[in-house]
Amino acid sequence: MLASLFRVLTLIRKELLVILKDPKSRASLVLPPILQCLIFGYAATYDLNTVPYALVDLDRSATSRELISKLEGSGIFQRQGTLVQVEQAASLLNNQKIVLVIVVEREFERQLASGGPAAVQLIADGRNSNTSGVAQGYANSIIADFTTEWRSRQGLPAPGVQVTTRSWFNPQLETRWTMIPSLVGTITMMMTMMLTAMSVAREREEGTFDQLLVAPFTPTEIMIGKAIPSMIVGIVQASAILLVALFWFQIPFAGSFLTLYVGLALFLAAAIGFGLFLSSLAANMQQAMILCFMFLMPFMLLSGLMSPTDNMPEALQYATMINPLKYAISITRQVYLEGAQFTEMLPDMIALIVIAAVTMPISAWMFRHRLN
Amino acid sequence: MSASEMALVAKDVRKTFTRNTGERIEALAGISLQVRSGTLTALVGPDGAGKTTLLRLASGLVLPDSGSLEVIGKDVASHPQDVQNRISYMPQRFGLYEDLSVQENLDLYADLHDVTRERRQEVYPRLFEMTQLGRFKDRPAGKLSGGMKQKLGLACTLVRSPKLLLLDEPTVGVDPLSRRELWEIVFKLVREEKLSVIVSTSYLDEAERCERAVLMHAGQVLDEGKPDEITARAEGCCFLVSDLNGASARSLQARIFSLPGIADAVPEAGRVRVVSKSATQELSVELDGVRLQAEAVKPRFEDAFMILFDRIMSDQRRAADPLGSNQTSNGTETVIEVRDLVRTFGDFTAVDHVSFDVRRGEVYGLLGPNGAGKSTTFKMLCGLLPATGGTLKVAGANLLTAGAKARQKLGYVAQKFSLYGQLTIDENLEFFASAYGLRGNDKKDRIRTLKQQLELDQFSGLPSGQLPGGFKQRLALAAALLHRPEILFLDEATSGADPLARRQFWGRITALSESGVTIIVTTHFMEEAEYCDRIIILDAGKNLAEGTPVDIRALAETNDDAAPTMDQAFIAIVEKERGKRKETAG
Repeated sequence: MLASLFRVLTLIRKELLVILKDPKSRASLVLPPILQCLIFGYAATYDLNTVPYALVDLDRSATSRELISKLEGSGIFQRQGTLVQVEQAASLLNNQKIVLVIVVEREFERQLASGGPAAVQLIADGRNSNTSGVAQGYANSIIADFTTEWRSRQGLPAPGVQVTTRSWFNPQLETRWTMIPSLVGTITMMMTMMLTAMSVAREREEGTFDQLLVAPFTPTEIMIGKAIPSMIVGIVQASAILLVALFWFQIPFAGSFLTLYVGLALFLAAAIGFGLFLSSLAANMQQAMILCFMFLMPFMLLSGLMSPTDNMPEALQYATMINPLKYAISITRQVYLEGAQFTEMLPDMIALIVIAAVTMPISAWMFRHRLN
Repeated sequence: MSASEMALVAKDVRKTFTRNTGERIEALAGISLQVRSGTLTALVGPDGAGKTTLLRLASGLVLPDSGSLEVIGKDVASHPQDVQNRISYMPQRFGLYEDLSVQENLDLYADLHDVTRERRQEVYPRLFEMTQLGRFKDRPAGKLSGGMKQKLGLACTLVRSPKLLLLDEPTVGVDPLSRRELWEIVFKLVREEKLSVIVSTSYLDEAERCERAVLMHAGQVLDEGKPDEITARAEGCCFLVSDLNGASARSLQARIFSLPGIADAVPEAGRVRVVSKSATQELSVELDGVRLQAEAVKPRFEDAFMILFDRIMSDQRRAADPLGSNQTSNGTETVIEVRDLVRTFGDFTAVDHVSFDVRRGEVYGLLGPNGAGKSTTFKMLCGLLPATGGTLKVAGANLLTAGAKARQKLGYVAQKFSLYGQLTIDENLEFFASAYGLRGNDKKDRIRTLKQQLELDQFSGLPSGQLPGGFKQRLALAAALLHRPEILFLDEATSGADPLARRQFWGRITALSESGVTIIVTTHFMEEAEYCDRIIILDAGKNLAEGTPVDIRALAETNDDAAPTMDQAFIAIVEKERGKRKETAG
């Protein structure tokens, strides 16, 4: 038992030496995650700061002008053209000069004053559904505000139902707030899965793996000796990303670090288990790399990073169950933003344990039984 | 003689490289050399003599620091393209595309050199006939044996009839049969097409068959001339000691080798061939007060080579300290037992019912052409590959399923360097010592001792991937010996090593076996089989012959060839068996 422990420690020491010896490879373990985190933080956002639009004011009344000045006063809507006919908007939309056409229909002022339905038409560029959806939302809420305000000024009763939305945990509804905590899992999974799979494949290619198999190491020892160094690297990377989230993007941390780190450790074990499994299938580094990419892409798409998994077709929802990243994103978001308790995270954690408990023994078995 | 008759003229050529560590290495130290057109010239010398550098300079890949180098009448430094258009260079590791077929590789090189369609139609059939690769046109190059790969490489360099062919160690890792075939191609090219060929080699029997041999050392020419002339320098120095007083040829050879006045001693057919430093009427060798009887024999090229090198080398090579622990060898206990071993890959049988035993303290050799099943057998013995059928026991256990304890007893040196290239000598040794459970002072002592014995103290800080070839091989041996293994597996350990390094290596192996370590080797060098107590010859997965080197030679003895060399014996046995198989098939 003690001898076995010493052998595992020897392997871990060797692995860390190989990974960390070269200053270039040391830097390549920490800088890319931070860089990716910054890029994602700034680039991957659904928030719109400017909405280029074209105006077709068919009413030309004082009220319609007031509405437009309110729209443009928000600083978000920037008029790219003032048109006489709706048809003229087509070319602007086609060339993606604008994302929205706002048409104030005839009789707008009169209808509004009479209490009847006053019409404002929004024409959006459906090719980019995300952006136009957000733009429409902005326009809707400004127009609704305007209506309420206008009616109260005129001494008219407010509309029957008023919907007030407030979003918890992320009051400004900033994409960044949900994106960055999810990156902790996403980026570390990319890096550690590759690192693990490549390190085993390199040893196979260079013949050192045979040397390990001939030595008194058991497959389990080799597996642990490969997994733990990758986990250490993963934890350091995750911490680096967390620091960027806390101090650069200043996203407030609501939960417990202990819960988060327990979750991260389990997640890394599951991700590395996958890396080991893929490496046991690969004969060389090229194959290991291709296999990693083959799995990483679906893992990211089916993780809930970009779109919620609940909206996916049922078959795909089952597929997401073996995806460690899904649980990692669930844990990091809930612990980071909602301050979720340890017990609430248990189902996710158990799922991660199951994934690791399946992939790791299989890969250990494959180390020796893989037929060449 | 006009310059145009010269394929290569070097005048005081110098070339220095700087290692990553800042160390400067003088690869060529003012070399002057003339090679006549239409001849076959061999460059021989130990590793680091500058053979490869000279070939690379001649091909215009690197430029000399000073001096002038003319190839086919053109100065290489000022007209590299002109020269490159008229020569072909085949480096040690020729760039074949492993996933492309034989034909595709050939087409690719023809395309690269703008060989016309008509010319291809004329050249291809000739190349295929010469290399006998016609049957394998569609096979991916990666699936060819080592010998066939080299032949394909040669064919690729010949798609555009060059004026001068430069070959860098073309037969490293190639078995004697393929080696002979490869040389036949080269001889034919020189004879029929008047091609000039310069070939570097570490096989001295190959150099012996060339028209001229150039012996290089430390970037200079040590001697040059017809191989016969060089061989003649050993006239009167060569003897055969046949009465061994009961000692094995191997251990006697090691003791004679370390005596003063002796340039070389190698085992040969159960006897010891001794080369004295200077010509003498009668060899006087005394061991333990007993005078050994020796008869004078005709010198060989290798003997002259060893005498020449003995003069310039210091005595460092003789330091053959015992490496092993002092276990007593008893020689009767069976430590490796192989019965009816079978291994198939799909419908291909790589190992076909092979059986043999190895006793404690024996040096046992696995010989055979490329693809004979040596490596497969080796892998199964080491527990790296499951057997399809049969039983095998190494130190009483099957290593595939046995626990750590059984594997603790064996040391393994792989064919290609397989330690951690990024780590230094010390870090590698430290890792393998800990892997085998050495700790504390014992670990420190073992590492220190082995570093000292294998002369690994220099280069301590260099990543081991950047070590010179000989050092890598010694480091691999050191790593395998740290835990005092009972059984040592050596897979092609001397492939690509020069004659001097090979003697040093076998000196160590002899010392190890004397201390009771059982040693299993695979090798391509048939003269190395002489160091083995017993050898087994495999071909196409089958056991062709097993026995002592003397037995094996006796198998190949014919009336007209009374004393075949090991090489000839091997070829004869394999060809006889192949002939038989063809008969039964036809």
